[in-house]
Amino acid sequence: MYRYDEFDAAIVYDRVKQFRGQVERRLSGELSEDEFKPLRLMNGLYLQLHAYMLRVAIPYGTLSSKQLRKLAHIARKYDKGYAHFTTRQNVQYNWPALVDVPDILDGLSTVEMHAIQTSGNCIRNVTSDQYAGATAEEIEDPRPWCEIIRQWSTLHPEFSFLPRKFKIAVTASDHDRAAVRVHDIGLRLHKSLTGEVGFEVIVGGGLGRTPIIGPTIREFLPKKHLLSYLEAILRVYNLYGRRDNKYKARIKILVNAEGVDRFREQVEQEWALIKGSDLDLPVCEIDRIRVYFSPPVFERLPHESASLKESIQSDDGFARWVRVNTAAHKQPGYAIVNISLKPIGGVPGDATDAQMEAAADLAERYSFDEIRVTHEQNLCLPHVKKDNLFAVWTTLKQHDLATANIGLVSDIIACPGLDYCTLANTRSIPIAQRISERFADFDVQENLGEIKVKISGCINACGHHHVGHIGILGVDKKGEEFYQVTLGGSAAEDACLGDIVGRGLSSGEVVDAVERLVDFYRGERNDGERFLDAYRRLGPGPFKEALYANA
Amino acid sequence: MKAVTANRLADGRVVYLAPDGAWTERLVNAAIFENIEAENALASLGASAIEFADAYLIEVHTDGYPSGREALRETIRNSGPTIRTDLGKQAENG
Amino acid sequence: MPMLELVEGKLIRVDTTPCEEISLVVWRGGAQPEAGVSALVLPNDAPAEDVGHEVNAFAAVVLEFPTFKDGRAYSQARILRERFGYGGKIRARGEILRDQIAFMVRCGFDAFEMETSKSGFYNQALLDFSHVYQPAADAALPVWRQRAQRAVAAE
Repeated sequence: MYRYDEFDAAIVYDRVKQFRGQVERRLSGELSEDEFKPLRLMNGLYLQLHAYMLRVAIPYGTLSSKQLRKLAHIARKYDKGYAHFTTRQNVQYNWPALVDVPDILDGLSTVEMHAIQTSGNCIRNVTSDQYAGATAEEIEDPRPWCEIIRQWSTLHPEFSFLPRKFKIAVTASDHDRAAVRVHDIGLRLHKSLTGEVGFEVIVGGGLGRTPIIGPTIREFLPKKHLLSYLEAILRVYNLYGRRDNKYKARIKILVNAEGVDRFREQVEQEWALIKGSDLDLPVCEIDRIRVYFSPPVFERLPHESASLKESIQSDDGFARWVRVNTAAHKQPGYAIVNISLKPIGGVPGDATDAQMEAAADLAERYSFDEIRVTHEQNLCLPHVKKDNLFAVWTTLKQHDLATANIGLVSDIIACPGLDYCTLANTRSIPIAQRISERFADFDVQENLGEIKVKISGCINACGHHHVGHIGILGVDKKGEEFYQVTLGGSAAEDACLGDIVGRGLSSGEVVDAVERLVDFYRGERNDGERFLDAYRRLGPGPFKEALYANA
Repeated sequence: MKAVTANRLADGRVVYLAPDGAWTERLVNAAIFENIEAENALASLGASAIEFADAYLIEVHTDGYPSGREALRETIRNSGPTIRTDLGKQAENG
Repeated sequence: MPMLELVEGKLIRVDTTPCEEISLVVWRGGAQPEAGVSALVLPNDAPAEDVGHEVNAFAAVVLEFPTFKDGRAYSQARILRERFGYGGKIRARGEILRDQIAFMVRCGFDAFEMETSKSGFYNQALLDFSHVYQPAADAALPVWRQRAQRAVAAE
């Protein structure tokens, strides 16, 4: 993975020092809260319901063991012994004191981490495929390009006060694990007809109040022009994006208002003027960054592992975990291990300090020191020898990290909701907990197959409900929590928005209603047909009937 | 009836304005105002602005418990996350 | 209006020089700028693109920050500097935070209408960062250029 050189280190050091000064000016009264708020927000520090919340960037979701140990240390020393992994592959602390934040940032900087641009109307942390560098599906590793974008966007003088926040995701596989169609910019590396690798550029997707599946504005962008093209898009957005209404300020609204063709024309016009300038990195710099992402030195192994086979035969729980939580690796004899942060009845995405340390130790010992964070709020060990899966599972189990539910109905995305968040109208975590308890039986879950449940506690849609196979949106009705169900959404390569099927359900009704939906699916499905595919085949009508059957 | 709430600047903890003009962590110890009085109390806070951030009014019953449209939100602020009863004010005795 | 100007990398207090301001509309209506005196006031929503090389007839261009959050003028300034080679003063007017000044300077601003009693405080802000990642309207070398130079020197 990428390592800072003295320049990267100096920039982060300078930022910490600057923020320490800002905090001191606030504490001394030199800055009012109104003046300080935009400064703390530029550095990921929010004021939430109970306390401050600090969001730390995990660039494209990649962590070393040392970094994860530092996150655990911070959770223990400055917070309440846990941290929360988010849908943007970042991590949040829910209880830090303002006076400690400069020291926390100092600590993070020692492991090449920071909170730069984790909030504010700027270019946020770039996200990517958690299987990058490990899956045989990809055209090439997308992470060097993520790092190039990270550097270009860091403290960008022109784009730090955009109309609204700006999120970029990059993938290089046909199977989209980075949700590139619901980002402000989604980049998909692919091969042209002539065999050249470049980017498909998708602009103006997003969730929130106005969910949109992003349109492609350029089918093929040569890799070397990535930064000048991004700069052109951002410049058009910075100049012409709406600033009169924060709910209409995202780039998706601009793209929609102008129309894709006209927007593309504006971008291309701007690009023609800056293309080939100093923005486009020379090959030597691209290569310098790419070297950091060279594959680890894998052992030459047979495809199959005899010891794995044996363990699978002797332990059903392990066999299930291997079936559900591991994925194919490009290197024979290796596997990708998903670590579920969704124990039955748990808080989606939360991990204790001890759990983080356990994952860090496993990564160091068995996965070339690498951990990934997924946008579905889980962790991932990208390069584990099949021979070692049993040992990894055994340790994970000891730390309640071996829940075999990746991609299943209890692997739920949920925003923090009203338990933590000042914007929320309703709680979302308790709904996630109750659904996962309802489907606690792993035979049932595995039999049901892939069902993506996503829950948001308000219309801002941080829980991605629009793109859940089953989406749940909390709405406040005269002080009471109600939940509106959407069906048939997807954030993957078949991205689409779910249909709103009808009136909201009370907190007491919603879990039963989800169970009726799932039961209906089970009764109607064809062989091997996913929930989403059955929904697409049968349409909303019968599912709606099932949803409200008892009402 | 209303009370004045804010987050303490230094550590972000939820606080309420007490009858003596200091900040208290306990809603039961907060000053309860009539509406107009409450607006005045909020408006006169400026001087101690290095102690708190984001002050606003909440609706409360005469017994001091949150009421009105934001009752759930303010109850959670005053207690802690409902899904982690080991955290927040609810976890501190009494 | 009190003002700080960037002179050889430092912000210094200047006594306000009388300056005839011409709005974009008036200019488009045919008003002629007076060499070395006139300033063009370019509204936030005017495409800097349309101003063209004629902008060089003005001694200064005033760009507006109605609130600190409104960042359109950063792009306008870069377009004037980098596209039209504008060499006069680019003056920031409106709500300007201390921690924005370095960004503004990078985008080509070199005059700031603001409280001038604290020029030391604002000068410090220019020193907050020792390196930059990306090229802009200033002379700062992006780190990849510094890396390349160092690599060459090492050979």
